[in-house]
Amino acid sequence: MSEEAVTKVSIIISRGSLEGIYPGLIMANGARMEGIEANLFFTFFGLDAIVRRRMGNIKLATVGNPGLHLPTWLGALPGMSALATAGMKKTMAKLDIPPVPEFIEMVHDAGTRLYACKATVDMFGLKKENFCPQVEAIITIGDFYEKSKGAQIIFT
Amino acid sequence: MPEKTLAGVTVEVDDQGYLTQPRLWTRELARELAREEGIQELTVPHWQVIEFMRRDWEEKGASPNLRRISKLSGIGTKELYALFPGGPGKKAAKIAGVPKPQGCV
Repeated sequence: MSEEAVTKVSIIISRGSLEGIYPGLIMANGARMEGIEANLFFTFFGLDAIVRRRMGNIKLATVGNPGLHLPTWLGALPGMSALATAGMKKTMAKLDIPPVPEFIEMVHDAGTRLYACKATVDMFGLKKENFCPQVEAIITIGDFYEKSKGAQIIFT
Repeated sequence: MPEKTLAGVTVEVDDQGYLTQPRLWTRELARELAREEGIQELTVPHWQVIEFMRRDWEEKGASPNLRRISKLSGIGTKELYALFPGGPGKKAAKIAGVPKPQGCV
């Protein structure tokens, strides 16, 4: 491996939970803060982060999430995900980490380019108007690779 | 620690070029530091950011991160990137003579 500096990243966000979305957003924003070019490509349930009516209601997964150290039966109780999400949001606000819609606006203002994956957009029956205005285009995986020329590709 | 002579005075900087003694900062020094960062002239909005950095560092004892700057300085994210191309948080801190911001956002 060469020791060249990272100059461009293409980050894929494929999951729709809070813990599935934030790492990609933080990495893209952090890249821009370092002067690194950044693309964000949303696919599968990761699309929720940029769908207008869903982006404001992203939740932490309380079932099937061993990292939470919460028994599965407890995590499945009604309201548990909302409760855990509220707790985590509070912690994040203290750390100056914005909620998803504001974060999307911030990474966009920082110069990150946002794309939705055509295959999953078609699969979910979504259209351009279902997405927040920061989304530049719905693109194919081929387009994604083309736009990732010279980039490190990071899948989250 | 390396030293640098800027605007006729010799100052100590860390290995990344941040002033090690923020209290020795002057506006003249800021102009020189900006030139080193590729910013030929500091405009009114540049000074607005720099003065916020100085004030916030003075009050909190730490450099503000980029999100804090965008929320409280009166200059938004987009404009910050335009004013300080290639890393606004770090560049603004360096020019303002305060330590490198430690936050992740």
